[in-house]
Amino acid sequence: MKRILACLLAVMMLASLLAACSPAAKNDGKTLTVQLGPNPETLDPALNSAVDGGNMLLFAYDCLLNIDEKNNVVAGAAEKWETSADGLTWTFTLRDGLKWSDGSALTAEDFVYSWKRVVDPKTAAPYGETVLGMVKGYADAANGNLDALDVKAADAKTLVVTLDHPCAYFDKLAAFATLSPVQKATIEANGDEWATKPETYICNGPFYIEKWVPSSYILFTKNPNYRDAGRVKLDHIKCLLIEDSNAAYAAFTSGEAQMIKDVPTAEIKGFLENKNPEFFIDTILGTYYISLNDQKEPFTNPKVRQALSLAIDRNYVAGTLMDGTYIAAPNFMGPGIADWDGSNFYDNANGGKPYIDVDDHAGNVAKAKALLAEAGYPNGEGLPTITYSTNDAGYHKVVAQYLQQAWKELGINLDVKVVEWASFTPLRRAGDYEISRNGWVMDYNDPSNMLELFISTNGNNDGKFNNAQYDELMAKAAAETDPKTRFGYMHQAEDILMAEAGCIPVAYYTDFYLQSAKITGSWHSPYGYWYFMYADIAD
Amino acid sequence: MLKYIIKRVILAILTIWLVATLTFFLMHAVPGGPFVAEKSISPQAIEALNKKFGMDKSLPEQYMTYMFGSRNEETGKIEGGVIRGDFSLSLKQRGFTVSRIITTKFPVSAKVGGLAILLALVVGIPLGSIAALNRGKWADNVILVFTTCGIAFPSFVVCTVTMYLFSMKLGILPSGGLDLGTSYILPVFSLAFYPMAYITRLMRSSMLDVVGQDYMRTAKAKGLSQSVCLFKHALRNAILPVVTYLGPMIAGTLSGSFIVEKIFRIPGLGGQFVSSITNRDYTVIMGTTIFYAALVIVMILLVDILYKLIDPRIELK
Repeated sequence: MKRILACLLAVMMLASLLAACSPAAKNDGKTLTVQLGPNPETLDPALNSAVDGGNMLLFAYDCLLNIDEKNNVVAGAAEKWETSADGLTWTFTLRDGLKWSDGSALTAEDFVYSWKRVVDPKTAAPYGETVLGMVKGYADAANGNLDALDVKAADAKTLVVTLDHPCAYFDKLAAFATLSPVQKATIEANGDEWATKPETYICNGPFYIEKWVPSSYILFTKNPNYRDAGRVKLDHIKCLLIEDSNAAYAAFTSGEAQMIKDVPTAEIKGFLENKNPEFFIDTILGTYYISLNDQKEPFTNPKVRQALSLAIDRNYVAGTLMDGTYIAAPNFMGPGIADWDGSNFYDNANGGKPYIDVDDHAGNVAKAKALLAEAGYPNGEGLPTITYSTNDAGYHKVVAQYLQQAWKELGINLDVKVVEWASFTPLRRAGDYEISRNGWVMDYNDPSNMLELFISTNGNNDGKFNNAQYDELMAKAAAETDPKTRFGYMHQAEDILMAEAGCIPVAYYTDFYLQSAKITGSWHSPYGYWYFMYADIAD
Repeated sequence: MLKYIIKRVILAILTIWLVATLTFFLMHAVPGGPFVAEKSISPQAIEALNKKFGMDKSLPEQYMTYMFGSRNEETGKIEGGVIRGDFSLSLKQRGFTVSRIITTKFPVSAKVGGLAILLALVVGIPLGSIAALNRGKWADNVILVFTTCGIAFPSFVVCTVTMYLFSMKLGILPSGGLDLGTSYILPVFSLAFYPMAYITRLMRSSMLDVVGQDYMRTAKAKGLSQSVCLFKHALRNAILPVVTYLGPMIAGTLSGSFIVEKIFRIPGLGGQFVSSITNRDYTVIMGTTIFYAALVIVMILLVDILYKLIDPRIELK
């Protein structure tokens, strides 16, 4: 018996050792190793709704149009595109000789299939309405009648899209990863599983997936069939799928990764003090804000909302509490969002003046106290204890603690309720809160993407902000084809939002990351994406 | 013995059924769902998703479908049901079946965990014996310090300290992943540290107990050599408490530690289990829970049988 056990043990040990020492996946050629997030939930363009997944889709797919390093819309799989005078018909002309990564031909029909798939209720794509809701026949198609969607291939090279109402930013949507082309034959043969295996993951972008070890890494390899393959200098991009920022940092310091997106916040102070040349802070198009439940007393009163907003020292929150990784927000719409003439929407808002003077905190607090008194709550008297709900991630708890202190100055008592992430969003959506943390990062560079959050019927209107004039302005903006007038409406809408304190903007989001100086030719876009497709790496 | 095993297997099936049922209703009682996101998706899309995955049905209906099978409606899947070993599809990682997730991730956790168990046993048993045989001497004291550290230090401290030392400062071991043979050293050690210390302590106290027994004195008096006394008589009796501990330990270690896997970027099942709960990926929660329950039950059964083999005086009833 003992002998058998001993033998068994020896065999087990040997087997484990052999298994442990199996050779690592080899990747020859120039490989860039980066960390852009944890294991993506999905790499199916239609199903993805996450930023990290979207970033990887940029490596694998080439949409009709692309966004370049200056944030302009440029030709992608389509070499040119035209809009009819009424803004309703968009015609895209594809390049010659487009191919899938398996070498087969890619035609306008593939786009028709892919776009209809996004609308198909059986696909249940989260972004369907956002990207194609304005196309004629969308409502019908979303109920299952796919042929109703007015997206047609006039010939193998021409895609014609007819809209129900004008959409000035439809070119930006045509560059959105959700509308990437996917191969019909592969999907019909493999179902949803097609996007989970490298061998069935057929794409048309600069890279294809050679290997995917879930929760470990995804190895992208240069796609020789890509239309602009000559521009691609790397042989591989290896995305390490790391969830923990400390583990990501360890991979960066040990030299395994040349770029990491998740940097431990505890290290940031050190980087800034030592002026670490590999540490970057870039603004992205998004705002960290506070939602007030406008249907609950006392937040039904705009003066109370204004007072709460003015009592916050945004410079202190962004600069000190958030270690300078955020930027103080005097407006709802942050810097970087384009106005009608390409200038900054932010600079032109409120007649060129910020809505809140973030440098005059003492003055703001005095105003806040006066407003509260006008609202019938002098020194906060008569106000019940208010509850602030947040999930526990990043700086959320620190901000909540700060708000307790800041609003105490107005005589308001604040309870902080920390809710687990998966319960937090439904709670906020259901309006089951008084005040809550909120935030939005733009999907495409058009102010409507953020301003529409406060239309009374919008599903993301967590504060239930309800202002008829605001709704009317946004409706007018949606129907307007003249860019100047259209943006004028949106400026007016922001004026109302800020005057009514429909939400409390606190800070603008940034991406802070570590990137080796050896990487050249890459850029980071204000949507939070890293463009490594045309990057190179010095030896 | 056979009758005993059959009885245990029936009990095991009942236990697993109970665990599955409780988990099913408890997880649905927690607020949230698999399709929530910071940016809400349109009500139409939510409706389509709920319909596709059968979540528009009542809870008892969903339970029956999950247990006994059917649905599909163009691959909202389920089909065979748990009763036929079909765990359906992940709701979050679209396109992945739960079985595929378990079969790709469990071997990773099991490999690291298996090595850790071996290390814990190979080091812990001799160390405990040495400490017992040198009671009160310096070797015993050194081992005592080591085991106290092992039990007191939480695994994330062991992980962080070893990673800082060996991969960031000295640069001799990889900081994570399992690409190289050497990548296994730090996670295996971190995972083994606690059970190693625990086994050492168990072994020391039971060895001390055994060494003082009459039959050991008799063996020595008969003139048996030290090694025969030790290996043939003392060890076999002293090891029983370790075997008792082995069952739950093996199940716990093989299934992977969330913390160790997260820090060392090991694509194992432990991390998956925890993230499926925070994501409300109902089918993955169910699949992994049932799998873990079965693993623990099987391990405990095996240990009971092993008991009988090691000590024939024990009767299995």
